[in-house]
Amino acid sequence: MKNNNEGMNEKEIILTMTNIDKYFPGVVALSKVNFTLRAGEVHALMGENGAGKSTLIKVLTGVEIADGGEIRMKGKTHPILNHSPHEALENGISTVYQEVNLCPNLSVAENIFIGREPKKAGRIDWKTINRRAKEVLETLQIKIDVTKPVEHYSVAVQQMVAIARAVDISSKILILDEPTSSLDEQEVEKLFEVMNKLKERGIGIIFVTHYLEQVYKISDRITVLRNGVFVGEYETSKLPSVQLVAKMMGKEYDELSTIKSKDLMEKKSDDQEVVLHAKQLGRTGSIKPFDFTIHKGEVVGLSGLLGSGRSEMSRVLYGADKADAGELIWKGKKIILNAPIDAMKVGMAYLPENRMAEGIISELSVRENIIIALQVKNGIWNLMSRKDQEEFADKYIDLLQIKTANLNVPIKQLSGGNQQKVILARWLLTNPDFMILDEPTRGIDVGTKMEIQKLVIELSNKGKSVIFISSEIEEMLRVCSKLIILRDGCKVGELEQDELDQNEIMNAIAGGGER
Amino acid sequence: MTNVKKILRKIYGHSLFFPLTCLGIVLAVNLIKTPTFFQISLNNGVLYGYIIDILNRSSELIILAIGMTLVVAGSGGTDISVGAVSAVAGAITIYSLVGSMSSAVYRMPYGFAIILGLLGGIACGMFNGFLIAKLKIQPMVATLILFTAGRGIAQIITQGFILYVRNEPFKYLGNFIPGVPIPTPIFVAIMVILVTVLILKKTALGLYIQTVGINRKAARLVGLNSSLYIFLIYTFSGLCAGIAGMIITSRVYSIDANNAGLNIELDAILAVAIGGNSLAGGKFSLAGSIIGAITIQALTTSLYAMKVTADQLPVYKAIVVIIIVMLQSTELKRMVHSLYQKISNLIAGKKVA
Amino acid sequence: MLRKFREKIGANSFLLLITIVLFIVMYIVGMIVFRNDNFGRLQVFLNLFISNAGLIVASVGMTMVLISGGIDISVGSVVAVTCMLLAWMMENKNIGAVPAIIIVLVLGIIYGLIQGLLIAYLKIQPFIVTLAGMFFCRGMTAVISSDMISIKNETFLELANAKIYLPFGGHVNKKGVMLYPYIYPSVIIALVVLVLIFFMLKYTKFGRSIYAVGGNEQSALLLGLNVRLTKLKVYVLNGFLATLAGFVFCLNTSGGFVEQAKGFEMEAIASSVIGGTLLTGGVGNVIGCLFGVLIKGTIETFITFKGTLSSWWTKIVIAALLCFFIILQSILASTKHKRRKASKI
Repeated sequence: MKNNNEGMNEKEIILTMTNIDKYFPGVVALSKVNFTLRAGEVHALMGENGAGKSTLIKVLTGVEIADGGEIRMKGKTHPILNHSPHEALENGISTVYQEVNLCPNLSVAENIFIGREPKKAGRIDWKTINRRAKEVLETLQIKIDVTKPVEHYSVAVQQMVAIARAVDISSKILILDEPTSSLDEQEVEKLFEVMNKLKERGIGIIFVTHYLEQVYKISDRITVLRNGVFVGEYETSKLPSVQLVAKMMGKEYDELSTIKSKDLMEKKSDDQEVVLHAKQLGRTGSIKPFDFTIHKGEVVGLSGLLGSGRSEMSRVLYGADKADAGELIWKGKKIILNAPIDAMKVGMAYLPENRMAEGIISELSVRENIIIALQVKNGIWNLMSRKDQEEFADKYIDLLQIKTANLNVPIKQLSGGNQQKVILARWLLTNPDFMILDEPTRGIDVGTKMEIQKLVIELSNKGKSVIFISSEIEEMLRVCSKLIILRDGCKVGELEQDELDQNEIMNAIAGGGER
Repeated sequence: MTNVKKILRKIYGHSLFFPLTCLGIVLAVNLIKTPTFFQISLNNGVLYGYIIDILNRSSELIILAIGMTLVVAGSGGTDISVGAVSAVAGAITIYSLVGSMSSAVYRMPYGFAIILGLLGGIACGMFNGFLIAKLKIQPMVATLILFTAGRGIAQIITQGFILYVRNEPFKYLGNFIPGVPIPTPIFVAIMVILVTVLILKKTALGLYIQTVGINRKAARLVGLNSSLYIFLIYTFSGLCAGIAGMIITSRVYSIDANNAGLNIELDAILAVAIGGNSLAGGKFSLAGSIIGAITIQALTTSLYAMKVTADQLPVYKAIVVIIIVMLQSTELKRMVHSLYQKISNLIAGKKVA
Repeated sequence: MLRKFREKIGANSFLLLITIVLFIVMYIVGMIVFRNDNFGRLQVFLNLFISNAGLIVASVGMTMVLISGGIDISVGSVVAVTCMLLAWMMENKNIGAVPAIIIVLVLGIIYGLIQGLLIAYLKIQPFIVTLAGMFFCRGMTAVISSDMISIKNETFLELANAKIYLPFGGHVNKKGVMLYPYIYPSVIIALVVLVLIFFMLKYTKFGRSIYAVGGNEQSALLLGLNVRLTKLKVYVLNGFLATLAGFVFCLNTSGGFVEQAKGFEMEAIASSVIGGTLLTGGVGNVIGCLFGVLIKGTIETFITFKGTLSSWWTKIVIAALLCFFIILQSILASTKHKRRKASKI
């Protein structure tokens, strides 16, 4: 490849990942994935949840080892295989994680030099460390006291420190994993300035993100993954945002116009009773204050890409995260939710997005997982009889077609999709007036997806209200009577039933129109 | 799979397999050394025999193990203050009864003094619970405070003396009630077991504790107040230590702040571990811990028979603890598994070549 | 205003400052209350070091382990078994003082190695491993001998009792003779260890990696550090320091018995925590730890001077102080968290 600074296609290739496979028990995380990085470019890696982005990065950085495929770097005759983050660093690959993995108790300067401290006369030379740290940060136009512990500074600054470390190590490849999730607009601008400087130095940057605007602002190329499969690599300037969204969601642009919302439910009018009304409800660092209203029998969809604020909004509505601004009105009365139990008591239910971390109680049986929410609602003194428990469990095992040897096996033995059904059963059992379902059909087979969708419509017809969050537009069209579009942490649109059209939605998500 | 294999799998996989096997081994070894091991005789209206002795002395351990099981299950931590707390409770009771001089005359009703002692145990448990549930201090460190200071507090209550209660009925709790052939501690242990099982099974508490111990985040989302339950389990452990203290002091009708319940915390942790309970928390089996406690007591008795002194016992128990936690370690299982795979790959590789 | 000051020097230096101030205040109070008992003499201050030389060594090791995010509650038992072993080897087996000391230190390294492997590689909770270690060592003390053994070995006793006089700070006694204050070699050993570990923690890669691992293990791993090896080294060094502490302790007691050094681990932890080491790891320093030991020594001196209180009071006061500092650390940590959440830049 020729080394040429003009014309994007002529930049030298410094990394190729070819046919990368990665399996976990029961799951294909990556299948024949390709990725190419050039010197001095910002290459965005995009895909929805479960697409495989983080797995690909882990394979590259040595946190995981690929089961198949090859990684090659410029200047190395043999394919490289990183067994640990340490090896990856030695090969010139640095990563700045979303969680900003620095040691909070150590100073800024020390974080930059930890593991490779310069020495003088056998002892660590603190003067040099502090001086060089200051210097390298100044090249990124950051002026801070490098002797203070890094936890003293905001996430934005911490990211700069992590980047400074990468630069000082002379990394050729810098991976930025969801760097802007906790930054405000100014900080994002700052980050982009730094990224441009790094581009000038010839460093290749892999930018993992789901913020569309930012991708269009800073990246040169985009690689899209979906369900562990490589969808394609595109030049940013040549890919309209709507097409990008379509590729991430697995739809072809032309298909969109032929799909219309199906009238599977009765039209809901707004003079139904308001069940829940949020006035400027917000939580610092999580979701900006928003207004939200849902009527009896309504199914409201929250749409937008991952990270747009869908989950954060619903968590604040349920009290999973406590709101620190605004108020919540339930059936006409103001309520304060200090903890999930308060929400449950008034008749709310919440199916979390991350079932592994927040949903399943792994060692307990399927039966116990199903009845637990209702049990807590009933109170500690009213233990359900074994007979009742088994009846309830059987009912839902049947209804949702949960595949399990019997209702007493530990839930961890079930497949992901079936575990999801158990959690859904748990909340259906509490007979709530209002349910938040965050990605309820993820990982579930097509047949059961339809069952669940029908179930939601039935609930709506019975007068229950539902917030339905999903990455699949089609599903939402079938089920929702109103759709709220979120982008980058803000509400950007609200579509009523007759406006529901996949085209419209894609446009709203993508940011209005072609590029 | 053949039927035999199926049955074997069921037996092996049963949660009580491990503790029963351990108990079996210890009893078998004892039987070989002492053919009269299982003999029970009735003399002077009271039962005698090695088995009776073991059951008798394991009573306080069983009670402590029950408290410890819940602590481990709900918080993944251990309460090492139980020995010291039992000394504190015993000190409170005896001091209430006889003041600072050994005596045969009670200063206050017996029942009162017992309640005061139990309240002392509860107070210690609440102290631990507060530090752990509210201040979020690691259980190991929080309980370490009472582990060290507890005996000092007991010393101060007894003003440095070993106080004796020279009143016959005081001995009943730790020994025999006249006319009843079975040692009283066994009844107390059975009562504690029954009450605990009742509460755990008749209310949702057992389910809640397991949920909190397995996944605190999920527990919160289904409406549980995790801090409250963690506070309760440590308070309960303190109560158990208090009850144990009553038995221990009654048995020797005195309180020796330095030695009452000495090293019993290690026994309690061991009992829970032998019982098949994971020291990281989650699902628990009280039956397992009870069997574990009896096993430990039987082991102690055997070691005594081999002329090991009380001070030397901890060496053997420490080794057993290490072996058990090593077996429980997931990291070890992983290493063994990958080693096994490497070896079988090697063999398979050889076959192909 | 206090808050601004605290922000200026950092929360950790703040804790250290509290400790140093506390010590000075306590000492001054002592000098006032016990002025008739010659509390103001330099020898009284030096006695703090003499009586607690072993504790200084052990606390330094404990501080190191706590910084790495672990804990070792077996230290007291290790000290006891070390004393017993030394006494037994020298008296019952006629092993010379120097070989006995070397044997004991090597055993300490092996002990630390076993603990380190279990904790760092098998990932077993440090608490359980060191709890087992505690009971193992305490029991071994009794296995070696259930009776007390006094050391009569001349070399050892010479080393234990060699007074090193300071050329100043003396006073004239009733007979008109100038008596200078003195220390023992045990104090020198303790201070040397203190300085060496201080240097190691601040100026070597190993020392800094201890802080990193204790601060955030996950981050340390992703930054490329070998977390397992670091932890292993920490426990090996700690094992060595524990037996060294036992040796120094033995220089004081010149004998071994089963009940020795009970509660010692608590004192070591308390000294570290009072000195500003966080139980959660990542933060700590040996200077503060020294002051923690001095505070404990001062409390003990008060009780000795007072004469009427039982020695158990020392343990209770230390436990109460520890409790207080733990709660203080917990409060500081949660306010720090709240402040960070509220500010954006």
